[in-house]
Amino acid sequence: MRFVLRGREPRWLAAAAAGLAVVATLALTAGPIRLAGAAPVSAFERYVVSPLSTGNGIAEVLLAATPLLFTGLAVAIAFRVGYYNIGAEGQFLVGAMATTAVALALPDLPAAAALPLGLVGGALGGVAWAFLPAFLRRRAGIDEVVTTLLLNPVAVLLLQGMLNGPWRNPDTGFPDSATFGVGYRLPELFGSRVHAGLLVGLVLVAVTAVVMSATPLGVRLRAAGQSPAAAEFSGVPVGLLQWRSALVSGGLAGLGGASQVLGVQHQLTGSLAAGYGYTGVVVATLGGLSAVGVLAVALLLGDVQVGAQGASIALQLPSQMGGVLTSVLLLTVVAALSVRHYRLVRRTPRSPRPVEG
Amino acid sequence: MAAARSGDVSSLRAAPLVELRGITKRFGSLLANDAIDLSVDAGQVLALLGENGAGKSTLTRILYGLSRADAGEIRIAGKPVTMTSPADALAAGIGMVTQEFTLVGPMTVTENLMLAGSPLGRVDRKAARARVLAASERLGVPVDPDAVVERLSVGERQRVEILKALLGDCRLLVLDEPTAVLVPADVDLLFASIRRLTAEGMAVVFISHKLHEVVDLADRIGVLRRGRLVADLPAEGLDPVAIAALMVGAAGPADADLPDDVVDEALATAVGLDGAAPSTQAGPVDQGRPAALQVTGLSLAGDPRPRLDDVSLTVRAGEIVGVAGVSGNGQTELVAALCGTTPVTTGTVRVGDAEVTGLDVAARLRAGLGRLTEDRRGSVVLGMSVEQNLVLEDLDRFRTGPFLSRRRVRAHAEALIERFDIRAAPGDPIRSLSGGNMQKVLLARALERDPTVLVASQPTRGLDVGACQYVYAQLRALRDAGSGVLLVSEDLDELIGIADRIVVLSGGRLVGEVAAADATREALGVLMTGSREHAA
Ligand SMILES: Nc1ncnc2c1ncn2[C@@H]1O[C@H](COP(=O)(O)OP(=O)(O)OP(=O)(O)O)[C@@H](O)[C@H]1O
Ligand SMILES: [Mg+2]
Repeated sequence: MRFVLRGREPRWLAAAAAGLAVVATLALTAGPIRLAGAAPVSAFERYVVSPLSTGNGIAEVLLAATPLLFTGLAVAIAFRVGYYNIGAEGQFLVGAMATTAVALALPDLPAAAALPLGLVGGALGGVAWAFLPAFLRRRAGIDEVVTTLLLNPVAVLLLQGMLNGPWRNPDTGFPDSATFGVGYRLPELFGSRVHAGLLVGLVLVAVTAVVMSATPLGVRLRAAGQSPAAAEFSGVPVGLLQWRSALVSGGLAGLGGASQVLGVQHQLTGSLAAGYGYTGVVVATLGGLSAVGVLAVALLLGDVQVGAQGASIALQLPSQMGGVLTSVLLLTVVAALSVRHYRLVRRTPRSPRPVEG
Repeated sequence: MAAARSGDVSSLRAAPLVELRGITKRFGSLLANDAIDLSVDAGQVLALLGENGAGKSTLTRILYGLSRADAGEIRIAGKPVTMTSPADALAAGIGMVTQEFTLVGPMTVTENLMLAGSPLGRVDRKAARARVLAASERLGVPVDPDAVVERLSVGERQRVEILKALLGDCRLLVLDEPTAVLVPADVDLLFASIRRLTAEGMAVVFISHKLHEVVDLADRIGVLRRGRLVADLPAEGLDPVAIAALMVGAAGPADADLPDDVVDEALATAVGLDGAAPSTQAGPVDQGRPAALQVTGLSLAGDPRPRLDDVSLTVRAGEIVGVAGVSGNGQTELVAALCGTTPVTTGTVRVGDAEVTGLDVAARLRAGLGRLTEDRRGSVVLGMSVEQNLVLEDLDRFRTGPFLSRRRVRAHAEALIERFDIRAAPGDPIRSLSGGNMQKVLLARALERDPTVLVASQPTRGLDVGACQYVYAQLRALRDAGSGVLLVSEDLDELIGIADRIVVLSGGRLVGEVAAADATREALGVLMTGSREHAA
């Protein structure tokens, strides 16, 4: 038996591959779940179905998905043009820090001024953190994978440094910033913890989807990502598009950081460095670099994340099991999507097929 | 169909070396190979002919295990075999050189052959080197086993590919359009090698669009038309005109479905064969006409010699200027510099009234530059559709508000497909087009903008006779409409036939100019090689 490249792919193949990956994930994680002392079927129900069975659960899923929308979209936009930004983590954190700087400097602004200022500040923070790698790539051809990745731990250290230094909480002495002024609270929706950051994210998903599929810019971006040389030959300014997308990508990630501090935490804490940016790479890849795909995957991961909390309480499963589930899902989906280009054939010669004609 | 049946007699004789039976291959609704029966005997050269897109490459790819037939079988010495990968084919004694080369540029010849030979196990450099020498002995052409592949000329690289295919116990060598990329001297060497190999008993299947070569070399010819084998004959006694007639279907009863004018056109085409392009110069161009393209003092630094050295030339409106030269003497660099993909060291380029020297590709397009480069697959975004590629240079023209109007893109693509007779639907992936159709897409994209000057490099490479004539007709029409054309070609007959003036490039410098009316192959040859010591 061995793999042979397919000549032609039926349309349903990608969907079938994804479905197969989900089944494989269930099969592969059933063992560890059993070892942890729970019944796999009820555990899966906890992970996937239970969060969606109550209004409150759905709200929590939306809340968990919100930051992933931003980082997933950020990564997808950059990857699409062939700029491999692995630095959404750092850009997210620096965005949150920039928002914090605004909120702490002008604590008494009314919401009408505070929120736009906070969000724009966050976006600019992300752009600033994305600037150096993008500049080095454009001017000196330095590989952005390395530079964006290496700036992530720098951003985490910067966060910790600020929280332990100038922004240490004056009241409690903990390494958290002071709570922001009341103007800096994103409005909450449906009487739940879901906040307006979700709406911003959804609008960005819609805008990205339309730009990518229905405008000349979208065609140019795709051409630049697929065959840079041919795109360049056709008059598409590939380097320029990559440079701009890199900055937009940083801006989106930074906006995600702003949305998180303005909508959920209302202060800057060390817990913000929870890997939203890295998960964004997962979201973008699983979502096939499309905006709608990012939305779907962000919701799915949010679902599992909320489910994992429920499962750890109800079934005594370690909360890391949710992470195991999503990681295995990532591996199986990526594997299934690349294996779908191949077809399994038997090695031994077969009896000849009847001759047509 | 009567001709195709002649192969059946072979079952009465000893089994042929390789036999294809009922090979059928579909791509969606397209029948690329339709129940093809063909066989090759040891020591025989079989030429596969047919128009672009007839299914020749598809058939040989199936034979070499690169692609799998939907139905039919392959027999070797009478025994059915299953070919699922090139490794199977090599094990069965079939070697192939595909249209795209597959060598690793930075490695030496020996290393490349070692890669192909033994993916695992001990690496015995000395023995491998000895095998390269022995194999090149067999070809009758010296090949330096220690040369780095990326420094070799196209002809030399092809020899390395052939050596690679000959490794192991090769009894059938398949060559897909081997001569399309070769200069005449290399073609002679290749044919000499093929003759040596067949004298040893090797069988060769070879695809070509150059009919006079086929008559020179082949023992038998198989002609494909729209996926069907329409003729399988001894080459003895056939002449290019007769073959061309078979390709487009002017002989035999099988062509009832072809309208008469197609046949007439094809025969007219065939008549023009011996002088590749019938000469129709418009006479000397009035020197007072405005310049469509003006290149002044163009240089491109290189190591150890400049790759372009002080090149100055003018193409006037309504004129075709040919650029002749042995490949590797600066043609690629000149075209890249004009197209804006390589920055020049010194010198200026003007298109019409606009200086474009420092401008990017988009600005050059706006200034009225049209391009048709030798690297067809590198000029299109392979992952996109025909229509997207057709509008890629000019997306903003198809905008309604901020959006790309799918309807107008589709209408535009359909109009061009109709006007340039491209055999594809707008939504087809461009990757799936045959060489000729892809060239038509590029031609359509360049001509549709009414360029002030068209820079065309090897525009007919790999095209069938009909498509070649088509390209010539388009270039002439463009000239007659008042545009300038700079035609870079290695085919001297083509240059003499279609250009008004020919300049010769050698060692990156312009070494001469002749009016096409006075040009002969010999005179051009002397100019091209006269300063050979400068050549790469
Ligand atoms: N992978 C593919 N998917 C879809 N269609 C294909 C594919 N490969 C080839 N075709 C189609 O099959 C037909 C035969 O193509 P093929 O490459 O065999 O032609 P050819 O005779 O080699 O032409 P050329 O002389 O231009 O090289 C063409 O119409 C081509 O568009
Ligand atoms: Mg071909």
